[in-house]
Amino acid sequence: MSAPPPGPKLPHSLAANPRLSSWVRFTAEGRVAISPGKVEIGQGIVTALAQIAADELDVEIGRIEMIRASTAASPNEGVTSGSLSIQQSGRALRHACAEVRQRFLAAASERLGVDAALLGVEDGVISGPGNVATSYWELAGDVSLERDATPGTVAKSATTRSVAGHSIQRVDIPDKVFARPRFIHDHALPELVHGRVLRPDISGARLTALDEAPARAVRGLIAIVRDGGFAGVVADSEAAAEAALKALRKGATWSAGEPLPDENDLAGFLRSQPIETTIIDARTPAVTKAARTLRRQYTRPYIAHASIAPSCALAQWDGDRVHVWTHSQGVYLLRVDLAIVLKLPAENIAVEHMEGAGCYGHNAADDVALDAVLLANAADGRPVRVQWSRHDEMFHAPFGAAMAIEIEADLDAENEIVGWRHAIWSNGHTARPGRAAQPALLAASEIANPYPRMISTNPPPANGGGSDRNAVPLYDLPAWTITSHRLLTMPVRTSSLRTLGAQGNVFAIESLLDEIATLRGEDPIAFRLRHLRDERAREVLRAVARRAGWKPEKHTGIGHGVGFARYKNTGAYCAAIAEIEGADDIRVRRLTLAVDVGEAINPDGVINQIEGGAIQATSWVLQERVRFDRTHITSTSWTDYPILTFSEVPAVDVEIIQQPEIEPVGAGEAAHGPVTAAIANAVFDCLGVRVRDLPITRDKIIAAMELAL
Amino acid sequence: MPTIQFQLNGAAMSVDVDPDQTLLDVLRGRLGITGAHFGCGAGECGACSVMVGGHAMTSCDMPMWSVADKDVVTLEGLGTIEQPHPLQRAFISEQAMQCGYCVSGIMISAAALLNSNPAPTEAEVRAALDRNLCRCGSHNRMVRAVLRAASEMATS
Repeated sequence: MSAPPPGPKLPHSLAANPRLSSWVRFTAEGRVAISPGKVEIGQGIVTALAQIAADELDVEIGRIEMIRASTAASPNEGVTSGSLSIQQSGRALRHACAEVRQRFLAAASERLGVDAALLGVEDGVISGPGNVATSYWELAGDVSLERDATPGTVAKSATTRSVAGHSIQRVDIPDKVFARPRFIHDHALPELVHGRVLRPDISGARLTALDEAPARAVRGLIAIVRDGGFAGVVADSEAAAEAALKALRKGATWSAGEPLPDENDLAGFLRSQPIETTIIDARTPAVTKAARTLRRQYTRPYIAHASIAPSCALAQWDGDRVHVWTHSQGVYLLRVDLAIVLKLPAENIAVEHMEGAGCYGHNAADDVALDAVLLANAADGRPVRVQWSRHDEMFHAPFGAAMAIEIEADLDAENEIVGWRHAIWSNGHTARPGRAAQPALLAASEIANPYPRMISTNPPPANGGGSDRNAVPLYDLPAWTITSHRLLTMPVRTSSLRTLGAQGNVFAIESLLDEIATLRGEDPIAFRLRHLRDERAREVLRAVARRAGWKPEKHTGIGHGVGFARYKNTGAYCAAIAEIEGADDIRVRRLTLAVDVGEAINPDGVINQIEGGAIQATSWVLQERVRFDRTHITSTSWTDYPILTFSEVPAVDVEIIQQPEIEPVGAGEAAHGPVTAAIANAVFDCLGVRVRDLPITRDKIIAAMELAL
Repeated sequence: MPTIQFQLNGAAMSVDVDPDQTLLDVLRGRLGITGAHFGCGAGECGACSVMVGGHAMTSCDMPMWSVADKDVVTLEGLGTIEQPHPLQRAFISEQAMQCGYCVSGIMISAAALLNSNPAPTEAEVRAALDRNLCRCGSHNRMVRAVLRAASEMATS
């Protein structure tokens, strides 16, 4: 007896939050409230989700009001990360809206006495033969959405969508050009007061004594809060809070800190720590005997999120209930950690999202939320707004983890790859809140009964992995072993940064492939195509080659390089070609990219994400590196942590390969790996040296040239 | 506390304030003007840029005494949805941002540039915006938006 065939399933997020009314509601005056669990972090997701809803419901997009995520009402969609929002929220909304539309058509059919199949919807008005009509809003009383979604609803076919698949303007941009407050930083509440937290200037130091007298003298001070090693001030203005914090710092005594590694020997540090080793993937070893083995080590430094706005949160207590405004990527996950620290039931805590500046992973958004909650305890029910300083943002927020990657490639007599061993040494790439028995929030490790500082871990490979993200080659190689060594110490705080380990791994794989292609005297794109079976992968490579006129004629002082990856091996396909110029200082002149995200809901939004990712990656590759001595993080200002400026930004040209019939995936992290590799390979093309340690700076190039002599 | 008078977005303003307090603090904390954003507090990122006497300046490190009797323009003073500045139209047309936090300062720097150089080259636009940081990588769209606004202003 065989099992019955599996029936249709609800999309993941809808299965977890099946109540239709939690996603879609028809509100007064012809409006539609759409309530996703994913949040706007500068990526334009709110617009793309509005497009999906407008399409399935057949309403003008202007009628749609996108509700900000809140634990009070929104579906719980975990965290907005990993380029999954279109996949998860988009699919759920598409299904939920399709089902809602169907239910309303059935109700309209009954009211109008017309077969549902003969009814159409135009901007929310349901009409049929003989001029009969009603609308979603007229029927809203008859159709209850207080019911769970059912599997099997069929959404519109790609050819009948009129909004999704088109570059409509983003819904949030008018507010931002006309200075209408939209950011959490600009949120005004009655009786708002301001908080600041005292943090050490020595890495890992703990507050041991505090003379509060100097701070008490500051005009405008409302309270000093002290809870073990956590201390902060509340004052009636930001200026007063800053002044009080400055005074408080004068009275602080700190313990010795924890030593930091040697910033100039990251590989030595990473490869000498206690580790947990995981074999990520292995393919049967080749029988072919290797003629030679190339062994190469690649490193990438710690990288800062370096959002333009420092993290900010507001909190307000009402008895034993607290309301929190946050730019966290996961309102429910933050609430889990707050509940642990506060020893309160989760229902007593409402966490509401508001937009912050661009978010590229787990920054200090969650940390500052706990700061605000702790300081608001001393504010007599008034809301407290806490904003970190630039210094603290660049010192105490988690960084993207440094990585050392060693690849051994076994080559036969023709320099064809017969074996491949890829090993990574790195801290884990995530320490997000809400996922462990202990909280991940900074202040939780500072209070009187502190929780241990969470050591970063890696998501499982099935979820895209962490250190090992994109470490398994998409290329068809005959044998491989992929190993991840996760550090069990964490002197530099790390957590999720855009792409997790993928940027480092793609840099390593694509650099070595380029080297092997060169050894063989084979064109690097032809070499890649020969090792790729996936037709979509091949097409982005061919498309980028066409668009960039590969391979351009060789000119002294100019180099071209290529890089490719499919993000997480399950997401967007992206190929990049870099054109650089330079001798010992490198300038990236142009990046050409081809990308396949399946159905591009908002093509201009996809281009914007790819373009932005490409420029950010260029900044990482050429300039970025968290700096430290043995006791301090020293790159705590824009002078010490420079990023790419307008004059340094390359031209970026993006081609989208539209695949309307293929389920959409996110675009936010697709470009970083390929662009990193393309620039590094272009450096070789230009200068004849391989720089294997990021960032590719003048010093690194000179060192590589000296080594090559 | 001394009274400092200045023009804010065309209106006369008079505040009793510590003369060393920063203009950004006064704009945001006292006057509820949130177009200028805090980014670094050290004049390094440009998120807080405002026009003072027609020049783009960072307001986070500008003491109030230095703006006495000056003409200050923030993003709120550039235009309105009913009467937008060409830059505001152009930034929408080009979808010239991702998160948009830096945009207010960038539009101010661009407006100051167009005041003094109505027909800038692309290189001149980039140079004028070099003191404004953008982390999302929307630079090229913003440059296109400024050039679009310039050409629109030239033909109107």
